[in-house]
Amino acid sequence: MGRILGGPLAAYDPGQFFCELLGATAAADPATLDPSRRLILQRLAGMDLDELRRRAAVAETELYNLGITFTVYSERDAIDRILPFDILPRVLTAAEWDIVERGVIQRVAALNRFLHDIYHEQKILRDGVVPADLVLGNSNFRPEMVGLDVPHGTYVHVCGTDIVRDEAGRFLVLEDNARTPSGVSYVIENRHMMARVFPDLMAGLAVRPIGEYGMRLLGAMAEIAAPSVGEPQVVLLSPGIYNSAYFEHVFLAREMGVPLVEGRDLVVEDGGVWMRTVAGLAPVHAIYRRLNDEFLDPAMFRPDSVLGVRGLMEAWRKGRVAIANAVGTGVADDKAVYAYMPRIIRYYLDQEPILANVETHICREADGLRYTLDHLDTLVVKPVGESGGYGLIIGPHATRAELAAFREKLLADPANYISQPMVRLSVAPTLCAEGIAARHVDLRPFAITGHNTWVLPGGLTRVALRPGSLVVNSSQGGGSKDTWVLA
Amino acid sequence: MSDTLADSTDAPRPAQLLSRYAGSIFWLARQMERTENLARILDVTETFTRHARDEEGWLAVVRINADEARFFATHAAPTAQAVTHFYVLDRDNPTSIAATLAQARENARLLRPLISTEMWSQINIFHHRMRQLNAADIAPSHLSQLCADIKQACQTHTGITEGTFYRDAGWTFYMLGRHIERADQITRLVDIKYHMLLPSADAVGSALDVGQWHALLRAAAGYHAFRRKFPRDMTPAMVAGFLLLNHGFPRSLVHSVRLTQATLAQLRSSYRLRGADAALERLEDLSAVLTETSIDTLIARGLHEFLDWVQRELIGLHATIAARFWPAEG
Repeated sequence: MGRILGGPLAAYDPGQFFCELLGATAAADPATLDPSRRLILQRLAGMDLDELRRRAAVAETELYNLGITFTVYSERDAIDRILPFDILPRVLTAAEWDIVERGVIQRVAALNRFLHDIYHEQKILRDGVVPADLVLGNSNFRPEMVGLDVPHGTYVHVCGTDIVRDEAGRFLVLEDNARTPSGVSYVIENRHMMARVFPDLMAGLAVRPIGEYGMRLLGAMAEIAAPSVGEPQVVLLSPGIYNSAYFEHVFLAREMGVPLVEGRDLVVEDGGVWMRTVAGLAPVHAIYRRLNDEFLDPAMFRPDSVLGVRGLMEAWRKGRVAIANAVGTGVADDKAVYAYMPRIIRYYLDQEPILANVETHICREADGLRYTLDHLDTLVVKPVGESGGYGLIIGPHATRAELAAFREKLLADPANYISQPMVRLSVAPTLCAEGIAARHVDLRPFAITGHNTWVLPGGLTRVALRPGSLVVNSSQGGGSKDTWVLA
Repeated sequence: MSDTLADSTDAPRPAQLLSRYAGSIFWLARQMERTENLARILDVTETFTRHARDEEGWLAVVRINADEARFFATHAAPTAQAVTHFYVLDRDNPTSIAATLAQARENARLLRPLISTEMWSQINIFHHRMRQLNAADIAPSHLSQLCADIKQACQTHTGITEGTFYRDAGWTFYMLGRHIERADQITRLVDIKYHMLLPSADAVGSALDVGQWHALLRAAAGYHAFRRKFPRDMTPAMVAGFLLLNHGFPRSLVHSVRLTQATLAQLRSSYRLRGADAALERLEDLSAVLTETSIDTLIARGLHEFLDWVQRELIGLHATIAARFWPAEG
């Protein structure tokens, strides 16, 4: 390895973790290294650390100037922040990607079959594969959806599957995001940024392109619009500029070439959905919404929502407009239902899961709770209803006082928690204050489903920039990397 | 208009332009023009007052923006320092450059799905730079340079917009905002020196006075054009007539009003937006006055009163356009 890891990589040490750039070779024979990875390593070895830092600074300025930012509002001010961008890419070989791609397609198929079933016959509940109360008592189960048929049986049109790798390099699903997953704009903007500041690293390498995402998404929206409409008018429904993902909404509207609308731009009249234009009301046939279920329609859900459109659900139920993702998908990506996903895949598809789950203990079950209490200091315990890495405890990193306090919370409401062993997440070389160092990463591929499922090659690689940290969420010190899938 | 070429072949569906976008793009154009013109006004005022510690000169800026009440609520006297701070840095003053640009940038952000990336990025960078200004940047010794920089950034915006903004109904609403704002702003610029043109004060200007009319022309980027048109002479009436009624001068009142009419007509013809009829009708009085009246008549009747009336007509026009194209929801 010494010869390969020269220059700024000389001191790089992935330690006991699986390295995304060195692959399984980290501890084995460098001669077996994938030729493309070898070339990337050689190119990096030939660079100067100062040069890398200069390019990273250029990228950061560009992201700021282009407004690829999220805005943090205070009483007096609006501060623009960029999602930190690491200029060293995460590289997946064709063989590695094949596993992820097939696994994601399988998982999305199972999620859609599951959602169709629980909103129709509920066979899986009657067969006792998934506890009925876990689904029917779930706050994200929408009784309004029962009996409603959606085009092609697709509920989850856009899915973001959070995947990690353990120390053996095995891909494991950490979480399904089947509501309004975000991050795909960073995937594509990161690639643009790499092409600008680091063209010499990619030169001559066959990296799979990702530019067709918008077209694919628009295609799926057209597939779910009523067939009677010749050229459906698609819109993207956003909560507006104060939403932290507003940049992504803009990005996707532009990539699809469709208007970005807010609830106040839409109106339901004569059973259909219309947008207010300078020429009067114009029909809308399909809505890619980036608004949570409970804000969509004040007539049906939260009556205080000013972000939604009154009557939208009724127009949808009558087939006058298509909505993606469907309402009520939140019950499928719930952390408690997640534990049953391997069984759900076997039940509907009669296949073994291509991507395994992280071993999960369900605290609502006596065995799971006992195991969790007995091993609290070695487990990660998560509340089932939270996202963004909030409210969880990482046993091995917690103090005794923190563990004791958490034990109280867990005992007070066991059904609210699941626990998992701490996965020793894979690492990737990352430009840090001390030079190029190993930082933990995850992967969120994005799958689009209209009639069929298509997976964007690669996905969002999030990186925990703090040394040793396993939390990759942007709200907690995470950044992102460009993700290359080699052809 | 030179930008209608594409319309005859594949006119985009006007229905695609959201009312909210039309309002925002119209405002964005106004805000960028307003920023440029405010920089011009501050620059020329700085020139006027350079040799005399003339609070009257700075008061005029407050007066033409109709900001007396708000200004004097927080300031004792219209000193150079107070007025420049009020109009450049003060984010609590909605008519300041800082506040206007912040609004423009919010509009641009809202319009990101519609405008070009280059338009957005330039406004974003401009806005961030203006936010970093401090008291030292508006000191008398720096003010002229700062105004030049602001003017140039606005003109860069204008050029990027011309070169990158897709020509559909959105562009047309942008142009409408620009022309109306230019019409309004030239009346404010002329109004700075209206008192030199009071009917009773038709005496020949002093040396200082002629210098000030030079400066006014320069502030409007009209000095050389004026010289080409009138090589031998310069009276206040000629300058006012040039700035208001000359058809060839791109910032003149009559030119901006004609372009406003042409743009409204284009909304009607290229995009079949019938709402433009009401706006064209609203503009008829102003158009007729500009056609039929000479500068001498305007001065004789009272130039300040005329400029005030023009501003009110333009406010009425704006209200008509808003009511037709982006009515309040509900």
